[in-house]
Amino acid sequence: MPANPYNGFTDYGIGLGLRVPHYDHILSEKPTVDWFEIISETFMVDGGRPLEVLDRILAQYRVVQHGVSLYFGSADDPDRAHLKKLKALTKRTKTPWLSDHLCWGSVDGTYSHDLLPMPYTFAAAKRTAEKIRMVRDYLELPIAVENVSSYTEFHVSEMTEWEFLAEVVELADCGILLDVNNIYVSSKNHGFDPYDYVNNVPHHRVAQMHIAGHTKFEKYILDTHDHPVLDPVWKLYAHAIKLCGVTATLLEWDDKIPSFQEVHDEALKANQFITEAREAKIPAPKKTSRVRVR
Amino acid sequence: MAAKSKDSKAAVTKAPARVDSTRALAALQRAMWGLVSQPLTAANRMKPRTRDGRSTAAAAAEIAKPNDRLTSFERLEIYNRMYWFRVLDSLYEDCPGLRAVLGDAKFMRMAEAYLQKYPSRSFTLRNLPSRLEKFLREEPKWTRPHTALCLDLVRFEWAQVEVYDGGAKPLFRVEDLAGINPAKVRLALQPYLQLLQLDYPVDDFLIAIKKREALLRGDASNAPTRVRTSKASKVPLPRREKCAVAVHRMDGRIYFKRLEPAACKVLLAIRAGKPLAQALAAGLPRAKSKQLEWAGKVQSWFCTWMQLGWFCRRE
Ligand SMILES: [Fe+2]
Repeated sequence: MPANPYNGFTDYGIGLGLRVPHYDHILSEKPTVDWFEIISETFMVDGGRPLEVLDRILAQYRVVQHGVSLYFGSADDPDRAHLKKLKALTKRTKTPWLSDHLCWGSVDGTYSHDLLPMPYTFAAAKRTAEKIRMVRDYLELPIAVENVSSYTEFHVSEMTEWEFLAEVVELADCGILLDVNNIYVSSKNHGFDPYDYVNNVPHHRVAQMHIAGHTKFEKYILDTHDHPVLDPVWKLYAHAIKLCGVTATLLEWDDKIPSFQEVHDEALKANQFITEAREAKIPAPKKTSRVRVR
Repeated sequence: MAAKSKDSKAAVTKAPARVDSTRALAALQRAMWGLVSQPLTAANRMKPRTRDGRSTAAAAAEIAKPNDRLTSFERLEIYNRMYWFRVLDSLYEDCPGLRAVLGDAKFMRMAEAYLQKYPSRSFTLRNLPSRLEKFLREEPKWTRPHTALCLDLVRFEWAQVEVYDGGAKPLFRVEDLAGINPAKVRLALQPYLQLLQLDYPVDDFLIAIKKREALLRGDASNAPTRVRTSKASKVPLPRREKCAVAVHRMDGRIYFKRLEPAACKVLLAIRAGKPLAQALAAGLPRAKSKQLEWAGKVQSWFCTWMQLGWFCRRE
């Protein structure tokens, strides 16, 4: 959804992920880009080139922080030292909102550096929401949680992934970073209809969207972020913005990264769907609250 | 951070039948992590047996639902492979020198043993090699017969990580000396600056390896492949030769600078918080007759170090 409490009432357009191979191009050519998404962890350092580049980017562009290691879904408590570093970075970037994933990835203080899928249970949702609230209260920023792509499901799950997402964001009263590609990837891996997912998330909470490319293997699809966006993902995206309203959108391209221009051109393809959605003059999504299946 | 559970070191925790509490959530995560973090087989597949001898397929079946294409084992195997590929790739990138000495196959076996003993305890992969020196000191079998060389390389490669994004403080200026007795002044070094006393000239070795890797990739060279291959032949291992090197940075780039042994001692004493007069005494000969000869030298060292911005204000 456009400006809402979960993206700090901003109305950002199409953004790009800030990646090392593009640093020189961006700093020398200063291309017009609506906003950049940075991976927080890359800049949670004490100095050196990462912060020098960041400061130069911040002087010219709007930046939103996206993280990969808060692990809202890990049973462990949040790490205070980590949060302190993260907060210092948010002061530097003035990010209007902050996103990280609806997943787990650390166990008893050991890190997997992966985004591992959640068991979809009420107790897991409660714990996850509690941690999101802790982080939000500490950082004093709106939080959006991103659905991940996954390759397994759990016997213990008590609901669908989208019901779990809705349960978490309502308990935490936070936003959603809707990754349309991840929904598509998981739908193929787990055999659900991706439109059921998009239709059933609380649309008024969508703070931002992700689009990306993926890779098909014989028995599953892997979320590789190393391709242009595939057609079914664009279609799902078009459907999502009709339901959620035109929302800050970011193209993720993290591997086999082509030239800056190529990545930017791919991202700007979203404009076609944004124009259609604007022309359709769809009213803003209503606040919904989930009927508990409990 | 949650207290380290007693059974986190235990082979594989059993998965709970329900996740109806945070404790059960933790148990499920430990059970899955137990399988995902197990080393792969030589063919990069998930091991058929867990550390405690159980069938991995049975353990996986308690956690993951199969689907019409993949078994529970195969579904968790995707994560098992992704975990090891990610951490091993990261360490591989961080240690070109160590790799060159050990060879890729031996390096990978060592890396796997290291990551089992010291899995990541940091939110960032940057810190993955932080305990590698400790590990290699504890288990020299991985680096024999080149243990001393490998230890120098590991320290040097870690120093580069620290220099790349270490903190910098406001520069110390000559004006800051106003009104203080110069002999009693305590200077401070930039936190990012790394000072290494080495048994092997690994700085030159690493530069040679970098050049070789660039040649192999074909960077900055139009030479035909055959010429490239011959030029890129294996870099000979360095001979034992004590040296001191500062690893530092300028404009975001990392540089190595050889230091005279005495200069390195002075800098290390400054870093240890010694007042200037004592720091100089730590590095210079005591004999009065030599002092004049050294005065010029010391002056030029300090001049260079100031120019490189190595001194910062004390807090
Ligand atoms: Fe994403």
